[in-house]
Amino acid sequence: MSSPSTHLRQASVGIHLGALFPLLLLLIDSLLGRLSVNPIQDLTLRTGQVALILLLLSLSCTPLGRLTGWTWMVALRKPLGLYSFLYVSLHLLVFVGLDYGLDGLLISQAIAEKRYVLAGLVSFLLLLPLAATSTRAAQRRLGRWWRRLHWLVYPAAIAALLHYLWLSKVARVPILAAALLLALLLLRIPLLRQRLRRR
Amino acid sequence: MTRLIPSSAITPESLYTRRGFLGIAGALSAATLLAACGRRATEPTLSGEQPASEPRDELDDPLNSFEQITNYNNYYEFTTDKQEVARLATSFRSSPWELEVGGLVARPRIFALEDLLAFPQEERIYRLRCVEGWSMVIPWQGFPLHQLLRMVEPLPTARYVRFETIFRPEEMPGQRDRYYPWPYIEGLRLDEAMHDLTLMATGLYGRTLPPQNGAPVRLVVPWKYGFKSIKAVVRIELTEQIPTSLWMAMAPHEYGFYANVNPEVAHPRWSQASERRIGELGRRPTLPFNGYADEVAMLYSGMDLRRNF
Ligand code: HEM
Repeated sequence: MSSPSTHLRQASVGIHLGALFPLLLLLIDSLLGRLSVNPIQDLTLRTGQVALILLLLSLSCTPLGRLTGWTWMVALRKPLGLYSFLYVSLHLLVFVGLDYGLDGLLISQAIAEKRYVLAGLVSFLLLLPLAATSTRAAQRRLGRWWRRLHWLVYPAAIAALLHYLWLSKVARVPILAAALLLALLLLRIPLLRQRLRRR
Repeated sequence: MTRLIPSSAITPESLYTRRGFLGIAGALSAATLLAACGRRATEPTLSGEQPASEPRDELDDPLNSFEQITNYNNYYEFTTDKQEVARLATSFRSSPWELEVGGLVARPRIFALEDLLAFPQEERIYRLRCVEGWSMVIPWQGFPLHQLLRMVEPLPTARYVRFETIFRPEEMPGQRDRYYPWPYIEGLRLDEAMHDLTLMATGLYGRTLPPQNGAPVRLVVPWKYGFKSIKAVVRIELTEQIPTSLWMAMAPHEYGFYANVNPEVAHPRWSQASERRIGELGRRPTLPFNGYADEVAMLYSGMDLRRNF
């Protein structure tokens, strides 16, 4: 029989492989020239998609762990969140470096005129301190502030979904993703209540 | 009326792909084409020396390749994935075809594909600017829409032209998705439709129009965002009321009737100030009316283009 710690180990391996696979595919497609004829858009969309999926997966760990009783799932939040941040960073690098060629004027114009870029940027800026304080040492140093700080992942996810909604010509998939996030948030409410009650 | 154009009237594709396109037969067709639209041509020099360069549009930008043009298509009737359209469209039957023209006209009629090909076919090198922020330069063949409209004799009450794409979900998997109010509809004001730049395209790069590009006949309105250039047209109707396009129906505050390329009017969510030319890295500024302002700006004089987006 497998113990929770084996589950955790297996799930972690799965996450590392699963999260790195899209990056590998991106590298292979880029090197072999197998991106579309609009390669920059391809890179932007693919990194953005993976980033969002990983972020939502990271957020589902706690509620799903509680629902299923697999409390070890909570430990998966961190690698999923960090991988999401990796893709967000690549996404931003493609935007700033490849798409806009480091042209500060065009970039600031894009931020000012495209609200979806602003929302993406807000999301990135909210995720940045979370990634920076993801180590155990930081967690210890920050004490109870760590938890408060990491609550920012919710506004970050909401901003990311707004970003997605506002850039999409057709709202269906973003709305499904938003419904998923809403469900995750709702799942947290009774848990939150329980926790408050326990104190 | 069923005269087919002799194939010799069409520039063979090899001429496009060969250096010196402008040097040979291309010089003639390119010159007539550019003259026809009242534009500056890259004219052969007086010494008879030909510019030994790739074919270019009148702004001196090179054409996109046949590969690029036929493998990156926004055609939601098949799929929203631009790279998958070509594959999904292979089994689309674009012949036989009938285009029904009616509404406020004196002589409604049905044009068979052969009738459409019987209009004198011209070559037009146009920029295509997608609302998503990318663009291409495409050598179309086709005929100006005004030729067809004159034949059906619009009535004085006609003010708009409504276009409709074929609805054939068996062959167009995207049309099985009920999320969209199919069929695709687009519209033009009658004077826009009568403008000489407004083309009914039946081919590109000297070949028959590929299904992924809107075979067998599509509209091309080069000064408007690409979605106005409706594909696989089966019905044209002249109306008094302004037609409601599919995108206007789906998102009225985001898609206006006019959809003229305009770097100064940001789409409610996208700035349209710059674009990426397919095949280039980096971005280039977007031009008012996609670079056709000299020809078309007067159609909109006195209009507030911010409100009429
Ligand atoms: C750092 C600031 C950000 C910028 C400047 C940015 C920019 C962009 C751009 C330019 C696009 C492509 C739009 C298009 O071609 O139509 C895009 C798409 C996308 N981005 Fe971002 N983004 C940012 C942050 C984020 C974040 C934080 C996430 C999620 C965690 C994210 C997820 C996505 C998704 C899911 C897409 C759409 C993919 C699709 O349409 O299939 N982005 N972003």
